[in-house]
Amino acid sequence: MNNAVSVTVLQKYQRKGLNQRTKTRVHLTCGGIFLIAITVIGTIVGDAAITTNFTQKNLLPHMAHPFGTDWLGRDMLSRTLKGISISIYIGLFASLVSSIIAAVLGAAAATLGKRVDAVITWFIDLVMGIPHLLLLILISYALGRGTIGVVVAVAISHWPLLTRVIRGEILQLKEANYIKIAEKLGHSKMKIVVKHMIPHVLPQFLVGLVLLFPHAILHEAALTFLGFGLPPEQPGIGIILSESMKYLSLGMWWLALFPGLVLLTTVMLFDLVGDSLRKIIDPYSVRD
Amino acid sequence: MVLEAQGISFGYKKGLDILKNFNLTVESHERVGIVAPSGFGKTTLCQILSGYLKPASGQVLLDGTDIHKMKGYCPVQMIWQHPEKAVNPRLRMKDIIAEGDVIEDRIIDGLGIERDWFNRFPRELSGGELQRFCIARALGKRTRFLIADEISTMLDLITQAQIWNFLLEELAERNIGLIVVTHSKPLMEHITTRQVILDTLFVKDNVI
Amino acid sequence: MSCINKKHILQIKDLSVSFTQYEQGLRQIELKVIHKLNVSVHEGELVAVVGASGSGKSLLAHAILGILPHNCNAEGNIWFEDKLLSRDCIEELRGKQIVLVPQSVNYLDPLEKVGKQVRRERNEETIYKKQAELFDFYKLPQNTGELYPFELSGGMARRVLLTTAMMESPRLIIADEPTPGLHLEAAKKAMGHFREFADQGNGVLLITHDIELALEVADRIAVFYAGTTVEEAPVADFESVDTLRHPYTKALWRALPQNGFHPFPGNQPYVTDMPKGCPFGPRCSQFTPECEGDIKEQTIRCGTVRCIHAE
Repeated sequence: MNNAVSVTVLQKYQRKGLNQRTKTRVHLTCGGIFLIAITVIGTIVGDAAITTNFTQKNLLPHMAHPFGTDWLGRDMLSRTLKGISISIYIGLFASLVSSIIAAVLGAAAATLGKRVDAVITWFIDLVMGIPHLLLLILISYALGRGTIGVVVAVAISHWPLLTRVIRGEILQLKEANYIKIAEKLGHSKMKIVVKHMIPHVLPQFLVGLVLLFPHAILHEAALTFLGFGLPPEQPGIGIILSESMKYLSLGMWWLALFPGLVLLTTVMLFDLVGDSLRKIIDPYSVRD
Repeated sequence: MVLEAQGISFGYKKGLDILKNFNLTVESHERVGIVAPSGFGKTTLCQILSGYLKPASGQVLLDGTDIHKMKGYCPVQMIWQHPEKAVNPRLRMKDIIAEGDVIEDRIIDGLGIERDWFNRFPRELSGGELQRFCIARALGKRTRFLIADEISTMLDLITQAQIWNFLLEELAERNIGLIVVTHSKPLMEHITTRQVILDTLFVKDNVI
Repeated sequence: MSCINKKHILQIKDLSVSFTQYEQGLRQIELKVIHKLNVSVHEGELVAVVGASGSGKSLLAHAILGILPHNCNAEGNIWFEDKLLSRDCIEELRGKQIVLVPQSVNYLDPLEKVGKQVRRERNEETIYKKQAELFDFYKLPQNTGELYPFELSGGMARRVLLTTAMMESPRLIIADEPTPGLHLEAAKKAMGHFREFADQGNGVLLITHDIELALEVADRIAVFYAGTTVEEAPVADFESVDTLRHPYTKALWRALPQNGFHPFPGNQPYVTDMPKGCPFGPRCSQFTPECEGDIKEQTIRCGTVRCIHAE
């Protein structure tokens, strides 16, 4: 007979720091606050971004102008903030439109039968087959460039990936036992969609939506940078960056660095927020 | 009421039939057991008899009407083996039970379901407790036949006894016919009035 | 244990396993799934731990082998051949002296051929020879090693899992639901190999929900209820309800279809609503206030029981 005085510890769960959900909440809150702040400030800034002041041309970053000034004496900080907020607005709007297209097409492909599915899938492959930037340029050019051009181009070209995800989710869900049982219990297809499918797909949809923002924002910036997007009067980030290219060889590095960094940070923050959301929803990492 | 399976053939792969020309007639007062080794298509048969799968040929008739053509509430209700997969994990138990066809309190109490489970989510209940909900949900007003596919295999023996004791009473009172699949011989002998043996591709009928 | 003159291969005392889970929102709670579990296996014995599916008894296997998920806490004393094991000892013995035969081929890597997994990726001559011998012994065709897990039939899969376990000539096999869904005759046949292994002087710990199978193949049965073993008894004691000790075991006996199929009211408590003291208390006809205190294990007539009213 074996006996022991104390009990051996076989395994101890040590979680370092905050748990995943709290960490995610922190990310979401901080990221959210930061992004909202940028957008709001950018909107308010208004005139400061376009006021020219020839006595203050080409100044290096310093206290009064933390991001320096450009060749027209415009304050780079307010220009950058305004620019990024314009890009964010366009990005948000485009993402929203794209997501709605994705939701409708994805649901249609999964529920309206094999032929509809085949057509939509073919269409997805078609759009995905064209190099994205090329597609954006073509659409924007066809619509006469400018604000409308870039907004529509970004809005109608980001749906394929999310459509696939939603289509996949619904296809899988259709096979779930409880969906089949609901049919046999006499529930109408509409009732099943509302009660079972939408709540299941909604989280994935929201995550997809948030993760679309950085893409949309970057693409708008790229289009504008290449000259197919916003007009020069609108200080979009793309314009700011493209114009700064001319002055780089003159040694005015701050004209490109700060706007570029702000763009990068914004995109990464959106990505972080979207990723955190996804981690909360993804069951495999949710235990941590 | 009579549930008839006429000339049912089915196979998942072309040329590999699990069921061939299967026939079965079950009346409301009967309790029929299906006996076959593992992998012989018992679950497939259950799904065909309750309208979840369409047979490659043949039909399933309830008092003459093809159940695969029925719309709305299906009077032949199947209870699945794994309750965790038969409920929407996002819904609370009270919503899940509301999916059924007006389930009487008598049934809920008879199956030993406790009221304070109603507010819980499926992941907060054990398999036995979930299965009770699934069974209650299937015993709605319009149910005329019940198909039980290994419903108590994974459960505590005592839970199994509780559930079956209630079911046998309930089915007798409402004249609901039963088709049951279980691999436990003692259970089979206790709850069925006759047994049907599935032997590879043909059926041998065995009356006790 | 005066009734059994053989040596212990495995002895477990006061094993407790809990894991951390998210509750509503952001809070995490600790769920005590196994609480002060005792079980032992002697040489030549096949001991079955019997309990309802999903009641936490699979975690027992994982706890003994030290392969619990990372969000688990585990403590308890495990002696293997009378040596108290530490975490490192368990790691050393795992796969060699103590092996697991799991439920299905889902435990194998679906992308690797079976042979490679059986040999655990070793290539020495001796290993190949051992593999060939074992395949022969379990009547598996020699080319089984060239198949992928999904290509194995149910019976072949079981024998492959067994072969993998036997490669290192272990002393103790832990079998976790090795015959899922099989009816009694087929399950008994499948268990034949485990029975042989035990009869050679080794030990088998069988974890299952199928009490009818346990009654056919085991030497002793440990009854698992609400996270702990309430009784451990030789199989012979199950022939009549009077030779059983714990009220739950007696209720279980009476619930068997062949013994009258008597339903006993109540449910196994959920892991978050454990009653104080004896987990069976709220359902028990012999309940007294002392039952809410600490229930010590007693030895009665060659078996153990956790009940202050047992005789």
